This record gives sequence, C-alpha cells and structure tokens, in this order.
Amino acid sequence: MRPRLTLLAGTIAAGLTASPASAYMVYVSNEKDNTISVVDSESMQVVKTVNVGQRPRGITISHDGKLIYLCASDDDTIEVIDTATLQIVGTLPSGPDPELFVLSPDGKTLYVANEDDNLVTVIDLESKRVLSEIPVGVEPEGMGVSPDGKTIVNTSETTNMAHFIDASSHEITHNVLVDSRPRFVEFTPDGSEAWVSAEIGGTVSVIDNATREVKHKITFEIPGLRSESIQPVGVRITADGTKAYVALGPANRVAVIDTETYEVEKYVLVGQRVWQLAFTPDQKTIISTNGVSNDITFIDVESDEPIQSVTVGALPWGVVVSPN
Amino acid sequence: MVPNTLAVFIGLFIASVNACLVSAQEAAPASPTAPTAQDEGQQTEVRIGYLRAYAPQLALSVLDVPPRDEGVAGANVAIGDNNTTGRFLGQTFRLDVTEVKPEADVVPAFHEMAARGDRYLLADLSARQLLSIADIARDNGILIFNVGATDDVLREEECRRNVFHTAPTRTMLADGLAQYLVWKQWRRWVLIYGSHEGDQLFADALRRAATRFGGEIVAEKLFEDTGTARRTDSGVAQIQRQMPVFTQDLADHDVVLVADESEVFGTYVPFRTWIPRPVAGTAGLIPSAWHPASEQWGGTQIQNRFAKATGRRMLSTDMAAWTAVRIIGDAATRTSSADPAKIEAFIRADDFSIAAFKGQKLTFRKWNWQLRQPIFLGDGRSVVSTSPQEGFLHQVSELDTLGVDEPETRCVFE
Repeated sequence: MRPRLTLLAGTIAAGLTASPASAYMVYVSNEKDNTISVVDSESMQVVKTVNVGQRPRGITISHDGKLIYLCASDDDTIEVIDTATLQIVGTLPSGPDPELFVLSPDGKTLYVANEDDNLVTVIDLESKRVLSEIPVGVEPEGMGVSPDGKTIVNTSETTNMAHFIDASSHEITHNVLVDSRPRFVEFTPDGSEAWVSAEIGGTVSVIDNATREVKHKITFEIPGLRSESIQPVGVRITADGTKAYVALGPANRVAVIDTETYEVEKYVLVGQRVWQLAFTPDQKTIISTNGVSNDITFIDVESDEPIQSVTVGALPWGVVVSPN
Repeated sequence: MVPNTLAVFIGLFIASVNACLVSAQEAAPASPTAPTAQDEGQQTEVRIGYLRAYAPQLALSVLDVPPRDEGVAGANVAIGDNNTTGRFLGQTFRLDVTEVKPEADVVPAFHEMAARGDRYLLADLSARQLLSIADIARDNGILIFNVGATDDVLREEECRRNVFHTAPTRTMLADGLAQYLVWKQWRRWVLIYGSHEGDQLFADALRRAATRFGGEIVAEKLFEDTGTARRTDSGVAQIQRQMPVFTQDLADHDVVLVADESEVFGTYVPFRTWIPRPVAGTAGLIPSAWHPASEQWGGTQIQNRFAKATGRRMLSTDMAAWTAVRIIGDAATRTSSADPAKIEAFIRADDFSIAAFKGQKLTFRKWNWQLRQPIFLGDGRSVVSTSPQEGFLHQVSELDTLGVDEPETRCVFE
C-alpha cells in the first residue's frame, strides 16, 4: 500500500501559517521533463517553471544567490541560470554526463562528478575554464567539500569508495571503502566528519576526517519494510551540527539522526522515492524531492513533522534554496 | 596532463582487450598495469578464465543473431571496472578466454586454463559440459561462475558447492513472467512448445509457474522442428497462412505462451495467431536477466559504458558475466587481497551482496549458490515490467518468489 501524504499535510499546514518564515525561492530540477520548478518557500506554491537542458539533475546556487548551476546530464553541460530573469545565461565546460557537483566554500570553484568518464572535473567559475580532471573510481557521483575548502570528497558508485582529494594539488590522498553504490557526501559543519550514504548497501558511513577511516556505520530499520527498499541517498546536516537528515529512496521516508549518538530518532514519511534534500537558510525547514510521486515535501526542522507536499515537474531530482 | 593520459590509457586498455577477444584467440591479451600516483609498490594480479562453447547460430530474425562476443564483452567491461578500482589498491585483473565447440569435450581446455593459473572460471557452457569439469575444478580449488546455463538441474539434483550461478534459471524466468500475467489477470494460457530439449525444459518451467501462481494452461501444442531452413526469401507468405491454422483449434485463452529456445518458430507467433491474443515466453513479452534498453536504477551508466567499449547493446549473458567478474573484483577489493581463500570466504559470507543495476542488492541463495535477481520483462524495444510483482510476498526475500525456493530444493552438497 502506498502512503498518502496529502491528508496529513493538510492538517499540519494550518499549524505552520501561524509562524511565518521568510520567503526563499526553492529551485527543483525535474529530471524527466527538462524543467526547473521555482517554489516560494512561504506560500509553498510553484511560482514558475523554467525550461532547461536535457535531464537536469544536480543543482546548486552561487553564495550571493545570483546564479544557479545545473547539470544538464544528457546535454553534457552545466547550465548557468540568472535567478533574477530565470534565463540561461551561459554554460560551463563540464565534461560528459555531469550528475552532481559541489561549490567550493569561497564560491570560486565547482567540482563536478562525470559519471561516464570516471573523472572529477575542476572548473574555475570566473574564467569558465577546466583547471583539472582527476581520475577517480567507476561511476563518480557524490561530491562533498570540507568547510575549510581544503578537502574534496568524491564517491564512486561501482568502485564503492570515497576518494579524498587535496583541493590544492588535485591529488587523491585517501581512498576509503564504503558500502555499495555510495551516492552522496556531506561534511559536518566543524569539518571533523564526512558522511557518505550507500544506496544499495543501505547504510551511511561516518568517516573521520582526521584519520580518514570509517568510525561508524549507520543502519536503518523500518517495521514492515524490506531492508532492500531502504536506500539512503541525500544527506544534510544542520548548521549547528546536531541533527542529520538522510533521504531513504524507495522507503519513502527521511531519517532524522542524532549526530552525537548516530541513532535514528525518527522516520518522516514524505513522497515516493525520496532522493535529495535542502535546508532553507533560516534552517527552519528542510525540503525533500520525491521522484516517483512528482512532488517535494517541506519538513519542519524543529518538530520533524512534514508540513506540506507540493507537486512540481516530472521526476524531481535535486533541490537548492536561495541564500537570501 | 597526466590525469588525461591515464584516462585515455584505461580506455585503450578496455578497447584492446575487446579487440583481442573478438578474434577469439586463446593466448591471453597483454595485461598492462595502469601506472598511477597511488601505486604503493606491489601489484597483485587476479586471473579469471572464461570458458565458452561457441558456434555461429542462426535466428529467425537477423536482429536476434547472437553477437560474436556475447558474454565475453560483459566480462571485459567488468575487468575494466575492476582495474579502475584496482588502481587504488595495487590490484590488476585479467581475463583469459578459451572457446570450444558446443558439446565438445571441455576437459582439456579446462586443464590448460588451470595450468595458466586461473583460479576463477566463468563458464558459458551447456549443462553437460559444465558438469564434466565441475568436480575437477573442485579438486583444483577453482571456483566456477555459471554465466550461461539456465538449467535448473545445475542448481538442484546436480548442484555443486564450487559452482556459483549468476545466470537465472528457467524457473526464475518463467515465474517472473507468470507473476506479471497473473497480476494483469490474464490467467488462461495456451502453451506452444518446440521439440528440442531446451524448449521442453522451458515448457516445464512454464507449467510449474502456472501451478504456482494460479495460471491455467487450457491447451498445449507441440511445434515439431521438421528441419526447414530458418530463412527463405519468400517464406513470410507461407508463415502468414500456416500459423493461424496451427493455432486455430486451441481452446479460448488470454495469452499464448511460447517455449522455443531453439529459434524454430517462436518469432513467427506474434500477430499471426488465429484469434488476436498477446504472446509471451521466448517470443513477444520475454523474461530475461537483463534488457538492452533498461535505464532504471543507474542502468544508463552501465549501458553507456558497455556501448562505448563494445559498440553494441548489453544482453543478458553480458550482464551475468559482468556480475560474476564484479563479484570477484568486489571481494578482492574488500579483502584487499588476491588470496583465493579470502576471496571465497568473502563471497560465501552471510552479508555478501553485489550491486548490478537492478534496483536492490543481489545476494546468493546459500542452499545452491544461485544469485537472487529481479527478472526483466521486455518486448523487443523496451522494458515492460520487472518481477517480482507487487503483492508476491515472501518471508525471506521477495526475490525468492522466483524459481525453486529453499523448502523445495533438491540440492544437497556433499
């Protein structure tokens, strides 16, 4: 039986309107219909749909909120979108089949995973030039960067490793084995740990950034669900470092984890096949993309209750929120 | 730039291995080791043999003629994947391919491969050929991965502890199809089967699936192979008249099931039946271990990688071989070792699993070392569905609703 969220969401939405949050723009990449949905975080309504390149997946935004970077995977390019006009104003030389990327903390460099070529491409945003191509394992996907900008981490889905890369030399310094199909990397705000999700392995490995060893492996258990359907993908950690959110794919839930104990405190039921997550800048809300049900879910971070689901385009994949 | 050179080098390596194997040579291809900054001195090599029965085959449709390197190409792509991973650990993998004729004696070829030092053997052989080497392999400490034979007997009465099966069985394929037909409420079937051994075995699997999932076979008919040429210039006109007549007297039904592994008549059934009915089995809606158009669950990535390396689409035997080589590679990576004892122990461990673009982890049935796997149902162009279907439940794994389950198994390891 498929969980139905709409009933639940309706009742809780009434409660939220009492405490208005600042309005941010939420940008959702819709993999199937080649669009971005722009959603107002306060009204929780789609305000615009933008046509983009083919198979949009990874999406991020410049620190000043002026430019969106979007992986148009089947066009082998990264599109640059002006948030004021929502027009595509340029492209970046991404290498083939870009899927996910991460922006350096200083906002100057983009690190891109090229799935088809076993490469991480380093792009200088100002000159739009490729600075380096770093050979990694098979099917590179997840990209993370430490808060100090010194370490980049890439995960390779068939090699099953987290590759730690020195951001100045562009050399791999450590290869850490994790479970099957690692999809995503997220550093804790203090930079002490890198959390790596493994979609088929069904775990999140917590890697100590000092020793570069797995110090803990988080597992998930949901009554009534087969373990095979619990497939961790997106990971986000609150700015105060206390809570982590993990999207569990076809388990249709987001796990809430205490970063101190590594215990799962709650499973939040969202939509079908939940993959990526993003906080609003005020950290009051986290938003999930639910691919199969074509919607996104707003979750209240304080109560960890789903607030509302909003229908977007077909197969929503990635999500990013404007910083201001 | 160094990183670019390396990427090109690996690409060339994959391409060169393929080029060598297409010509089906027996000598091993050169095995360059990729030099990287990550090298920590010593390289260890894992040698994998691939023993294959091959002769050119005809098919009713020229589109179905098996590619020259079917299976081998999948193993090669996995060798490339293993070597990319191996760079970080100082491990290299190589594949030695040997071909024999179908039904030839494979024992001499096997001994040659064992003498070369292959400790792992992918077998794309008939059941008889595979059984002729299984016990010799055991005595030589060699693990066999069956990537071709779908015979249930190899997992049942004739199971062997040293033979792993990454190819699905006929009963798994038939059950995957039957679940879908039952889910569709298309429960009344007629079965048309060929006169060769494989046809009869698949017909048996379909009969078993009917009993298991509540389908009803309302009529059966044998299509005798009278040895006619498979391709003739104006044969189409005759077939158009013959097939309706052949199916005219069958009791009313929802679906026509076809069991024709031998490519004698199956392709001629769809659209030519007496009454308009969908066709499934070895023609029409076909159950398989892989589909060349599957793009679900990261499938696009392996499909792109395979197409780039081989210039064609990936087929079921390619996927079974890819999976077998990846199982060995993953075990070598995770044990950080080329020691066969360690690799074997890793594969046999309770928590072993492998990812193979099928939406969930794949594990072995420990009672007969068959790899559990979803079954694709596809027509010629696209994937129609994937089994197990929703609602077919199981106390251990829903994948065990496909094929012979543990309580029914006749496998007893010595």
